[in-house]
Amino acid sequence: MWPSDLNSLHLLLPPMEIFGVSLPGLLSQLLLGLVNGSFYAILSLGLAVIFGLLNVINFAHGALFMTGALLTWMAMNYFGINYWLMLVLAPLLVGLFGVLIERLLLRWIYKLDHLYGLLLTLGLTLLIEGVFRSIYGVSGLGYDTPELLEGATNLGFMIMPNYRAWVVVASVVVCIGTWYVIEKTKLGAYLRAGTENPRLVEAFGINVPVMVTLTYAFGAALAAFAGVLAAPVYQVTPLMGQNLIIVVFAVVVIGGMGSIMGSILTGLGLGVIEGFTKVFYPEASSTVVFVIMVIVLLIRPAGLFGKEK
Amino acid sequence: MNSKNTVTIGYGLLLLALIAAPFLGAYPVFVMKLMCFALFASAFNLLLGYTGLLSFGHAAFLGGAAYVAGHAIKVWGLTPEVGLLLGTAGGALLGLLFGWLAIRRQGIYFSMITLALAQMLFFACLQAPFTGGEDGLQGVPRGKLFGVIDLQSDLVMYYVALVIVVAAFLLIVRTIHSPFGQVLKGIKENEPRAISLGYDTHRFKLLAFVLSAALAGLAGSLKTLVLGFATLSDVHWTASGQVILMTLVGGLGTLSGPLIGSAVVVLLENKIGEFGNLLAALTSVEWFKTLGESVTMVTGLIFVICVLAFRRGIMGEIIAWLAQRRAGSSAKH
Repeated sequence: MWPSDLNSLHLLLPPMEIFGVSLPGLLSQLLLGLVNGSFYAILSLGLAVIFGLLNVINFAHGALFMTGALLTWMAMNYFGINYWLMLVLAPLLVGLFGVLIERLLLRWIYKLDHLYGLLLTLGLTLLIEGVFRSIYGVSGLGYDTPELLEGATNLGFMIMPNYRAWVVVASVVVCIGTWYVIEKTKLGAYLRAGTENPRLVEAFGINVPVMVTLTYAFGAALAAFAGVLAAPVYQVTPLMGQNLIIVVFAVVVIGGMGSIMGSILTGLGLGVIEGFTKVFYPEASSTVVFVIMVIVLLIRPAGLFGKEK
Repeated sequence: MNSKNTVTIGYGLLLLALIAAPFLGAYPVFVMKLMCFALFASAFNLLLGYTGLLSFGHAAFLGGAAYVAGHAIKVWGLTPEVGLLLGTAGGALLGLLFGWLAIRRQGIYFSMITLALAQMLFFACLQAPFTGGEDGLQGVPRGKLFGVIDLQSDLVMYYVALVIVVAAFLLIVRTIHSPFGQVLKGIKENEPRAISLGYDTHRFKLLAFVLSAALAGLAGSLKTLVLGFATLSDVHWTASGQVILMTLVGGLGTLSGPLIGSAVVVLLENKIGEFGNLLAALTSVEWFKTLGESVTMVTGLIFVICVLAFRRGIMGEIIAWLAQRRAGSSAKH
């Protein structure tokens, strides 16, 4: 059995040091960075897919992420529904919610300037967060790690908390799956064609409005999936998506929204850099992503994977 | 009656009301707070309504300048006018930096970059020693204007603030009607056309951004002087969202819109609790009593309604209605 306090685990390992930081300590921060990076990757991927087809920057992405996490917590506390079932149910429910949002609200503003999409989804964010806040307040709600993934594995050079490893693996699988569907399948080809020229695609007999609805729902479901993964790692609160979405915006600016794989790599990479910053210069860990954004804007204004228009 | 007269009379009445307000039972500090937000929203509208740039980082200029002015007055012991000037300069400097970076990207990216930069400043303020972290910068003295006029009395402070806000508003009006302002409108309508006419649109956009940031900074500095403190909430991104809402509710690209919009939003946030209690009393639904704690929910709802059904805002609708009526009556003759 492992002690419950994961932070003391490195004491069990032989000491190794890099730049005055123990190797296991460094690796565990790296893993934590990858966990954050996984969330950045999933969320920026969803933003990119939605923006591609709808031309709307979905500010509500953070709120949908939070809804996924909070639903998971609610299901456990009110109905005893476990983590694994919610991993499927929460994205489905939030995806359904996404259908409603697209059909009832977003549909009316496609012909307007981009900024209205941002403002509408900002309003939606405040509304969703406000509703949950009036019920649950702002203090964190704890969610236990599922039994199957409790504890940690000794890899010899580091102690790896199982749940964190699972978050990274599950996220990467979902991201790669999304990339595959969009880049390599017929469905994805319709989607890409719709991004380029929706009227032409419609002329070929594809029901573009349905495709648009499903795309938004899919993006929302992705955000909720990330939310379920996050429930045991972060404190579940109605405001947990707020700061995250702003960092994800910076990630999107850094990566550019032109490439699916670009979003995934940028998200993971920035998570790792953030993790390293936490070890070597903790004061800057909350701002490092923004600093990188500034540097990228100076050197390559279109973003790492963006195309200059 | 011609429309120019209507407008002049409208502003005249507003000014008279503001001059008389302290004697009509209005609480001066609250009206001063309203004026600060009106200036903030007008400065923001200069950018969004007249240049077409949606900055999502204006909280940085409001809050950043508030800290600069507060620090200058409290710690360095400078006079209030110097504090205000330094705060305004701080806002302008931040605006120059943000604008210089953000103008490299267009459209929606511009908004995301300004938001991210403002968030960076928020975290910096959270950790920096001179901002007082979570507590904020407290106990900023009002001091004596030019070393002579004591601002300790709310009434004196009120008229000084009124003069400053009116002067700043006139500057905005002048800017919009100047050749510079016309170029900005040209950029908003069609940027490629402005470029083809030989205008360096980047420079115009940057200038507009700096001007807007400086005026937002003035609003923030004045707010610190009036209230005696500067807090993190002014740098938080929700303050950026709030100023967007004020401008949107009042009417994008109308001069009077931000004035009305800021009043509506500030009043709403202050009075929503009472309104909820009233509703609870009328409908006997207990839940309404919690409205006071869920201001964000109501704000969000107004945002959604405005974007979907009410994009011209209050003043935009009134102006359009007046224009329609005039067109109707001239057709009859």
